[in-house]
Amino acid sequence: MFEGWDAVALARAQFAFTMSFHIVFPAFTIGLASYLAVLEALWLWSGREVFINLFNYWLKIFAVVFGMGVVSGIVMSYQFGTNWSAFSDKAGPVIGPLMAYEVLTAFFLEAGFLGVMLFGLERVGHKLHFFATLMVAIGTLISAFWILAANSWMQTPAGYALNADGQFVAADWLKVIFNPSFPFRLVHMVLAAYLTTALVVGAVGAFHLLRNQNLAGPRVMFSMAMWMATLVAPIQIVAGDQHGLNTLEHQPVKIMALEGHFDSHKDGAPLILFGLPSESAGKVEYAVEIPKLGSLILKHSLDAPLAGLDTVPRKDWPPVPITFWSFRIMVGMGFLMLGLGLFSLLMRWRGKLYEQRLLHMFAVAMGPAGFIAVLAGWITTETGRQPFTVYGLLRTAESASPLAAAAVGSSLLAFVIVYFAVFATGVIYILRLMAQPPHPGEQGPSHDLPARAAGITPAAGAVATEGAGR
Amino acid sequence: MIAIDIAIIWAFIIAFAVFVYVVMDGFDLGLGILFPLFPAKADRDVIMNSVAPVWDGNETWLVLGGGGLMAAFPLAYAVLMPALYTPMIAMLIGLIFRGVAFEFRWRTTQRTRNRWDIAFAGGAWLATLAQGIALGAILQGIHVEGRHYAGGWWDWLTPFSILTGLALVIGYALLGATWLVLKTEGELRDKAYGLSWSLLFAMLGSIGAVSIATPFLHIQYAQRWFAWPNIILTAPVPAAVAGVTILLLRSLARKQDSQPFFLSLALFALSYAGLGISMYPFIVPQSITIWQAASPANSQIFMLVGVSVLIPLILGYTAWAYWVFRGKVRAGSGYH
Repeated sequence: MFEGWDAVALARAQFAFTMSFHIVFPAFTIGLASYLAVLEALWLWSGREVFINLFNYWLKIFAVVFGMGVVSGIVMSYQFGTNWSAFSDKAGPVIGPLMAYEVLTAFFLEAGFLGVMLFGLERVGHKLHFFATLMVAIGTLISAFWILAANSWMQTPAGYALNADGQFVAADWLKVIFNPSFPFRLVHMVLAAYLTTALVVGAVGAFHLLRNQNLAGPRVMFSMAMWMATLVAPIQIVAGDQHGLNTLEHQPVKIMALEGHFDSHKDGAPLILFGLPSESAGKVEYAVEIPKLGSLILKHSLDAPLAGLDTVPRKDWPPVPITFWSFRIMVGMGFLMLGLGLFSLLMRWRGKLYEQRLLHMFAVAMGPAGFIAVLAGWITTETGRQPFTVYGLLRTAESASPLAAAAVGSSLLAFVIVYFAVFATGVIYILRLMAQPPHPGEQGPSHDLPARAAGITPAAGAVATEGAGR
Repeated sequence: MIAIDIAIIWAFIIAFAVFVYVVMDGFDLGLGILFPLFPAKADRDVIMNSVAPVWDGNETWLVLGGGGLMAAFPLAYAVLMPALYTPMIAMLIGLIFRGVAFEFRWRTTQRTRNRWDIAFAGGAWLATLAQGIALGAILQGIHVEGRHYAGGWWDWLTPFSILTGLALVIGYALLGATWLVLKTEGELRDKAYGLSWSLLFAMLGSIGAVSIATPFLHIQYAQRWFAWPNIILTAPVPAAVAGVTILLLRSLARKQDSQPFFLSLALFALSYAGLGISMYPFIVPQSITIWQAASPANSQIFMLVGVSVLIPLILGYTAWAYWVFRGKVRAGSGYH
């Protein structure tokens, strides 16, 4: 069935597919865990019921998303071995410990406290429960720290040596972890996760405001989300620009590809807005470009020279059209987010934040924008790293497992079928939860079924009484 | 004598992580395996609720086993994963269905809930069979050339690996049944007692069958167990199995709810120790030793620093989470 197919291409397709599905879930849970911690803190601090209602509302959604993130994440941790065994053998001594630390410091922390966070409010009391929520939120951030350290090392390897077996070994662990692109990538990704969550929360709030402007829950969540978009979108654009400058320094070829700079420019490169990059023609066809702006953005000088792909051997080019287009999609989403933030600020200033239907419709439409931007951004940076797994040092073709195309192709097909069946269903369940507005007296995941709401254990009752006395 | 070096320490750490995974996710998966025998919705709710707060943490040990293997013994990881390609993919897919069912079955309408019950049970069966088959495939030996797997795509499938696959299904089911004895009451517990009896005898049969078959795989296994003076060190293992079995039979007969689960864990620990005795000092049996596969010392030391602090911490807060949700789970008062 897969005769004549390239096993490495199939392995790449499998990684791209499973990774793209997976990243959507943590991008959401990193932000949502922090949002839940903020909601619970506001509830404990102010005692206002709307915050615990919102907390329980989003907790149910969190539980479903987190579960999908866990099971799709396990696939990733084994895929290094199944499909990329040569990479694992060679880079394992450096990458492996970073991922082991992710498991030890983050995954266990999240998983260990998740049960208490989801089901334990009435069993452990408010303060311990808040502690559990905080641990889950911190766990998601620690997880981002380690996995981005590992990814960044593959992009901008540092602090390593090669041993007699041809393996990468660490010469300096601090340089391995804090490699040149890591701080930029970490900030950019965590902000992206926060923005993604803010846009989802904002869209759900706006959706319910469009139906009823007087509901307390949707008003609070919409306002919080729009503050987040207003404040973080501009910061993210600055962070993205800095990340780009860092990439220019360490991975200039990636910048050439995403800018569509096939040719070198001695006195100022243009900024190509749109066009059709053609690798065979070696140029961007039908390019719409602004002269000198490329040099201004990348070098902060109109006449600065910029080298193009014509200075790079053809075999070292990343896939230009994908990198070029995914980058534009990401940037476009970023500016739309900025627009939403500014629009909401204007309406807030005019006192029409909860009335302006156009704003609400815009916010609903922007609900998936964070996911699109995250996916596009990851596609940009990962295809831009090609044709290497460890940038400049280990080629993708030399990283794959010694597998026949039939084996890789069949497993890819299995993952495609299972992922679409399972995760599409999960998304439907999430949308169904979101379609209901948060109610006064909203229940968490523990008592949401009428049949089970009747039974409250004595211990839980005692805690509830204590809570009411505060 | 065995020289204690860092590679040995790491072999024990990985073995420990895999063992913790086996016993902790073992009873979760065991519940899934037994699910078809409990058709009543009320029973199924209780069964799910008995592990809902902890299953995710249990499964994390599998990620540590895989991630730790890649970090500490990258060559073994790079050889074993392609060799076990099909069972590994099957296990991952099984775990996906099993894992999402925990949340999905509460999110769907009553009419279609059954679909996720099937996913829960089917996923558990698939994942367990795949794990057991993978174990058998490792034991029977893996064809290695240079630093790569050099066998075929169906090498893992033999009568022996099918035997270990079925044996693990029985073993996990025993853990699941005795977990229900520990965590439930009334008719559900009584049914679990009945199952525990049959599964215990099936498990003893499986241990016997695998123990008899293993020495025939390679002469090294036979020498390890039966050659003088090794037999002085290996003989206590079957003796301990007999001892634990007697205690387990007694606790089942006396209906001491809290004991059968932990005695079943002891049975698993002894079987696991037996595996370790058979395999040592190889990490890929008969081809790659622990030292050949080991990461450079500075990778192993870097992680050891973290492990020595973090594993006790993890065990501590995991124990706390179990403590929070201790006691019997009652129908209608579940914490889900």
